[in-house]
This record gives sequence, C-alpha cells and structure tokens, in this order.
Amino acid sequence: MQPPHDILFKTLGDPTRRAIFERLCREGEQTVGALTADAGVSQPAVSKHLGVLKQAGLVRDRHEGRQTHYRARLGALAPLIDWTSQMAGFWQSRFDHLEDLLKRMDQ
Amino acid sequence: MTDTATETRSVVVEREIAFPPEKIWRALTQPHLIEEWLMKNDFRPVLGHRFNLRADWGAVDCQVQEVEPNKTLSYSWAAYGLESVVTWTLTPTSKGTRLRMEQSGFRPDQQQAYRGAKGGWPQFFAKLEQVVARIE
Repeated sequence: MQPPHDILFKTLGDPTRRAIFERLCREGEQTVGALTADAGVSQPAVSKHLGVLKQAGLVRDRHEGRQTHYRARLGALAPLIDWTSQMAGFWQSRFDHLEDLLKRMDQ
Repeated sequence: MTDTATETRSVVVEREIAFPPEKIWRALTQPHLIEEWLMKNDFRPVLGHRFNLRADWGAVDCQVQEVEPNKTLSYSWAAYGLESVVTWTLTPTSKGTRLRMEQSGFRPDQQQAYRGAKGGWPQFFAKLEQVVARIE
C-alpha cells in the first residue's frame, strides 16, 4: 500500500485536476456541469478527474436528481499539513469561541 | 514498536477561564453547545461512543475514551491519515478553572511529508493554507 501522501501527490500532480480541487476548496460544493464550464476540458474528462479525486478521498459526491454535486474534503490533506502548528492555531481560536459561549450561557 | 513509531508530538493549549468547571463541562459535552464553539456533532458523554465532528470542509471521526464529569474528557480524533487523541482537563482554581487541551499523536513523518510537499508546490500550499486559515 502506498503511503497516503504519495497518493495525494500523484492525484494532485495533474494541473487540471488540481485546478478542479482548488476550485472546490475556494467555492464549496459544485455540480459537474458548473465545474466543466470553467475547466476548459470536456465533461467526461472532468468526471474522470473527479473520480480520481474521489478515490484519493479528496472529494465527496452527493446525488440529487440527475445532478451529482462534489465537495472538497480538506481533511484528506491531513498527511501533508504540519498539524502541530495548524492545530495549535485551530485550538486557540476554538478556546476564544468557547469563552464567548460561556459568557452567553446561563449559569 | 520502534522508537520512531512511538515518537509523537502534541499540541497543548491551556487557559485560565473565569467560570466553574461544571459550566465549562456543559459546553464541552452538550451537542448544541459544542456546535457553537467547535463543530456540528453527535457527541454523547458515554465511554466508547463514536461520533463525528462536521464542518463544510469535511468530518473528523471520534470515539469517547474517557469521561470523568467536570474533570476529564478524552476522545480520539481521526481525519484521513491522521490519528490523534484530544484530552480536556479541568482544574478548579480560585478564579474559576484552568482548562487544558492536549492533542497528541502527530508522528514526525507527517511533519516531514508536509515539509517535502511545501518545497515542491509552494503555490498550491499557499492557497491551501489560506483555505485552512479561513476554516479556523
């Protein structure tokens, strides 16, 4: 079995695929049609890229009627990120939110 | 296990909070309150209970490992490729509570993977970091 980051690098190594993934990160959930309009490649090509991204765990799909919606799973990038410093910042901000909540709560 | 496999890193955030442990405990263990400061969830303060923390960007898989009301709460925290444990400790003080959060289980190779990746694709990671920063 390949280490998780090898799969992620391989998957994101393709510029078109990476552009699709970055767009999902920036703009949230999108349909295949909406992604195709901006990708500069055909819909079957976009679908194929989405399939590879899904296999790597980088996107999640959701069917609604005849449309398939895709969203980025940023959690899948965990192996690539320096979690020690990322999480320290994450928890500091959560402590702030927690303190705000405690001030609003009834005794 | 070898030393390398067991060598882990952890994040500790500790803060003195001007409220009693009982009140903080509620915020740490009641789902509708957890949602207000952390993420959407189906948490229950029951040993072995599996739950998710959910945000727009994905989900974290968790399982309750320790519950000692008003004192200690611990749960596993697993995102894709990353396993860790989050432990909350509440200690009463004269002014309120010292609240300590420790998240442990980061392996050094995860750190290295990140550095290697950073060298290769600075632009992609600059964007990624912006996205992650917005999440926080």
